Amino acid sequence: MTDPLLPVDAYLVESLPEIWFGAVLFSLGMYVVLDGFDFGIGMLYATRTDERERETFLAAFGPVWDANEVWVVAFGTMLLAAFPRVYSRLLADNYLLALGFVVALVFRGLGPELREQRDDERWKRYTDYAFIGGSVFAPLLLGMLAGRWLFGGATLPVALTGVGLVAVSIVTGAAFLAAKTEPGLASELRPYGIGATLAYLGGVVVLLGTVVLTDAGGAADAVLSLPVAAVVALSVAVGLGGSVLARRGRYRAWLANALALPTLLTILVAILLYPTIYPPTGLLVREAVVSPLALNLVTVLGFPVLLLVLWYFKFLYGVFSGPIEGEGYGG
Amino acid sequence: MGPITLLGAVDPVWVAFLSPELASRMQFGWTISVHIIFASLSIGLAPFIIYFTWKDVRTNEQQYVRLRSFWVRVFAAGFVMGTVTGIPMSFQFGTNFPQFSEVAGELIGGPLAFEAKMAFFLEAVFLGVLLYGRDRVGDRIYVISSVLVGFGAWLSGFWILIVNAWMQTPRGYEMVTRNGMDVAKLTDPFAAFLTPRMPWMYVHMMNASVIAVALLVAGVSAYIVWKKPDTEAWNTALKLAVVLLIISAPFQAVHGDAYGRHVEDTQPQKFAAMEAHYETGQADLHLLAFPKSPVALTDPRAENLVTVSLPAVGSFLASGGDFDAEVIGLNEYEENPPVALVFWSFRFMVGLGFLFIGLALWGGYLTYRGRLSDSTRYLKAMIAASPFGYAALLTGWYVTEIGRQPWVIQGELKTSEAVSSTLTGAEATLTLVAFVVLYVGLILTALYILKWLVREELRSLGLRESSGDRWHGPIPWVSSDD
Repeated sequence: MTDPLLPVDAYLVESLPEIWFGAVLFSLGMYVVLDGFDFGIGMLYATRTDERERETFLAAFGPVWDANEVWVVAFGTMLLAAFPRVYSRLLADNYLLALGFVVALVFRGLGPELREQRDDERWKRYTDYAFIGGSVFAPLLLGMLAGRWLFGGATLPVALTGVGLVAVSIVTGAAFLAAKTEPGLASELRPYGIGATLAYLGGVVVLLGTVVLTDAGGAADAVLSLPVAAVVALSVAVGLGGSVLARRGRYRAWLANALALPTLLTILVAILLYPTIYPPTGLLVREAVVSPLALNLVTVLGFPVLLLVLWYFKFLYGVFSGPIEGEGYGG
Repeated sequence: MGPITLLGAVDPVWVAFLSPELASRMQFGWTISVHIIFASLSIGLAPFIIYFTWKDVRTNEQQYVRLRSFWVRVFAAGFVMGTVTGIPMSFQFGTNFPQFSEVAGELIGGPLAFEAKMAFFLEAVFLGVLLYGRDRVGDRIYVISSVLVGFGAWLSGFWILIVNAWMQTPRGYEMVTRNGMDVAKLTDPFAAFLTPRMPWMYVHMMNASVIAVALLVAGVSAYIVWKKPDTEAWNTALKLAVVLLIISAPFQAVHGDAYGRHVEDTQPQKFAAMEAHYETGQADLHLLAFPKSPVALTDPRAENLVTVSLPAVGSFLASGGDFDAEVIGLNEYEENPPVALVFWSFRFMVGLGFLFIGLALWGGYLTYRGRLSDSTRYLKAMIAASPFGYAALLTGWYVTEIGRQPWVIQGELKTSEAVSSTLTGAEATLTLVAFVVLYVGLILTALYILKWLVREELRSLGLRESSGDRWHGPIPWVSSDD
């Protein structure tokens, strides 16, 4: 039963398992960056009481959130396709966290959708609770899940990872909104963004310090390495630089800087994982990966599509680029 | 199944919780039942959306603008519900059935990843354009967006059914040991993706979605036409739905009949459960079955059923021409699926299928006589029938999925072996209850959204609040007191 089209016993390229490790984390990164600013919008929404401003927030979020959210499905299914054991163990070991996260996503997704259906004060209040609550808990629980992935059962690092993802989501949400709304609103959002940046950077330092001191999940050695130091230094530079740009009212540049923070966070996760892929179990990338034929197949069929997907996103964000026009969510 | 096997731990503190296996199965069954309603809404609405968008852009007629904007809003609401209920599905393979994911990862992971990358992104991105981009893109891109959204829905069905069909008739793999566990290794991608079940399942499911949505569109249209007979748009929609039903409903019966024979070939145990056929030997075909006693509802057997049967035709159909052919009975197996659920679900689905053919023919006759919207009786029948396409679709899936038990991968892995070994009954029961509460709320909300959209539509058609007859029926989205 040989298949002439694809090599059966050897990976297309020797480093294909590592490439897939990168691809899986790339999807996670896309999710954390893109849905992250959606979560940030949802959390900053809680600071607005003016109906018109709330509508503006929802208009910024409306056309893109659903597409952004698909990246988490891409992450999960790519993890399953390339590293089924990691997918299985990670989700089964963290049952309540994983399902809590998806339930938070249900509330976040339905809130704005339902809000538009009725013109009724009490109805809007409840759907807003769902939107805000979902936007807080989704990054918190996802961050905690990532913490469990990296550090196992250690409580403080896991909690800090969750809080860190919440903080970085606020940064990107504030920068995204500032770049897309009028200057008055932008300058009101700026303090939240800068505050969250400082909280995030402080949180990362405390988190990594805790891991080194307690050797949580045996990750102390991994943290005390040059790449980690480089990523942390870069995060501090980008975070502080972004805050300066924000104060000068250069919001598009701030947005570019802000989006670098969750990107660097994902790179940090990748560094801390590799060469294992589920550190608490000691499982290596090479041990967890599927057989050559299966991986070759998902590469040949999947990678071109991944490029196409990136083009879709370029198109989507192109269509809806520029300042928010009109108000509301319902199209 | 006695109460002992239902309850996991013996510890009296935990005795109130379901076993992890039962809770996981109920949770997966419940969440997929809700999710599939929205997934098939996208599939079934796709042809309507494309048609209305195309007509709107081409003719600029008010009726198509109206129909396009109404159904795109329904599609969008359904898509959001489909997304938020779909993400839990993609996680539950891991949270609740990690052994299944690990054993089958090489076979199911690829198609699931392709579904996300090829289909979900396509739908989500271009639905954004369809909903918000009417003024931001040209006519052509706008129509293409509607086609891509529809194509995405049908493509998503293709990949997910590859996974399910593989679970029914697994091919293209060999069992190997990896990390101390027996797992399926992909050996032949074509065999693994295009399993014998795949074409049957794809055609049957896509057509079932079209039928379910045609009935929904017909029901909504009938309601509006009933309230406001001179509406051009909704008369068009009603006629279109009836035409689609005339094509799809009879086709489903013919196709389903052949599909049944294929199931007998490939999954004889499931086929025996569908017919409650216990003794190996010649099989009759039960066209209709009614319980003689309440026992028949939970344990259907020839003795306690009143059946209208064609003697030996079961053998004839299953073997493709031999009246004396032996059909394997359930008594041959050590462990069987819950026969009653499979048997009655199958009958429910088939019965509804014939009802739909009747409604389609009746509608065809009325259209031919040019009286489709004049017949109040027909309008009321279509309003009442609007949820039943979904009932048939769901019961059909119960036959497929419950009928495969005790296997999760037919002949290879049992469901009981696939469930997480670290999951406790308490956790599983907690999340089950949460999903039940949450999704009941979600379904009610979906029905209310439909009701509000219909009410808004009636208002925009200039209907006065108090005019028209009052509806006293079971369909929650129609209520006359608005």
